[in-house]
Amino acid sequence: MSEKVKLIGCFGSTAVHRAEVALRLKSVPLELVVEDLTNKSDLLLTHNPIYKTVPVLLHGHRPAVCESLIIVEYVDEAFDGPPILPSDPLDRADARFWARFLDDKCWKAMWVALWTEPGETQAAWAREAKENMTLLERQLPEGKNFFGGDAIGFLDIAVGGIAHLLGVFEEIAGVRLLAEEDHPALCRWAREYLSDETVRQCVPDRDSVLVALAARKELYVSTAKAMTAEK
Amino acid sequence: MASEKSSSDLTLLDFWVSPFGQRVRIALAEKSLPYEYVEEDLLAGKSDRLLQSNPVHKKIPVLLHGGKPVNESLIIVQYLDEAFPDTPSLLPADPYARAQARFWADYVDKKVYDCGSRLWKLKGEPQAQARAEMLEILKTLETELGDKEFFGGEHGFGFVDAAFAPFTPWFMSYEKYGEFKVAEVAPKIAAWAERVGKRESVAKSLYSPDKVYDFIGVLKKMYGIE
Repeated sequence: MSEKVKLIGCFGSTAVHRAEVALRLKSVPLELVVEDLTNKSDLLLTHNPIYKTVPVLLHGHRPAVCESLIIVEYVDEAFDGPPILPSDPLDRADARFWARFLDDKCWKAMWVALWTEPGETQAAWAREAKENMTLLERQLPEGKNFFGGDAIGFLDIAVGGIAHLLGVFEEIAGVRLLAEEDHPALCRWAREYLSDETVRQCVPDRDSVLVALAARKELYVSTAKAMTAEK
Repeated sequence: MASEKSSSDLTLLDFWVSPFGQRVRIALAEKSLPYEYVEEDLLAGKSDRLLQSNPVHKKIPVLLHGGKPVNESLIIVQYLDEAFPDTPSLLPADPYARAQARFWADYVDKKVYDCGSRLWKLKGEPQAQARAEMLEILKTLETELGDKEFFGGEHGFGFVDAAFAPFTPWFMSYEKYGEFKVAEVAPKIAAWAERVGKRESVAKSLYSPDKVYDFIGVLKKMYGIE
């Protein structure tokens, strides 16, 4: 299996992180193409015309695989190496469910809580974000380091952004959502996740991430506003 | 919608007209899996069993297998493929084809119901925007379907077909509220809708467009929408 693998991504993206961790867990040699999302390349627009965003996986001559969680499942099925999804069908359904919960509910609440001006609305979203984190935290198996058990699995990869990027967003926004006193298990998980050998290859140094993401603050504020306008 | 006691120990908590529940009914029928169907009267309130089985979202469909819940329609359909590997699968075998099937089912999930709801809930400019989006969605799906008999292509009737088929009785309502014809905007989708409608698993899981239209009328009254 020596077909070229290209991952179109960008700096400091929770979604791209998932795809990269999955590929590195399977020891897939890959070429990382870093996009400037304010000036999207033809490569990106051609391969993801529907959503026009990253990550996008190009494997050999195949057309693109898009959407981070779909990419992770593809990588699990297409490449040899340690399994990412659990083997039991009920466990797989659970992992998929919580990954969707994370994206649909958890990140939405966190995002709005981070970037909305202080006030009753922001406080309500922050409360919801913390409740969602509690629900998520309960999915950690008793006495295990990871959602996947002894090794990193699908849900760890899905939640990965909380480990290395949430803290950066919190610092830029001046808002604290994840705290040791409220979510000790989730905080411990984050430390375990970040000390994993494979994950470390995918996490650039915090200072450079902070600088890059701080420049996008206005964009974050407007995406948060758009989210509250929906539904 | 058989309510036979299930020998495969499957129970489905559902709501008659829900397109999401219908996906699961279609999958169960494609696999010839017997199950107990439980109608949740959502307009009257949610049962304790539903609230316990899906405490996070409190929504149907919920599949109970040996009492253990599986939630979210597309997750349930994949679960059925994986838990009953000796039945006809909805996802194809090849990893790349599976990724594509998941992508398009997810696209249907993200787009169709929400846009359709805005069509019948809103008026004026926001409704016009919903209409434009719906046409875009149908044309995009038309391009993806192309000249294939089913979205599943070589695999035959598959994951994306099961994901999208339950929306076909909603076309008439979208057409009425949006003032367009699916047959004109996306003729291949219209033809596909007719084809899938004749498939046994689909025919016995869906309700008529008239019933769906009437149901929307009931919802509008509930929400106080003219």
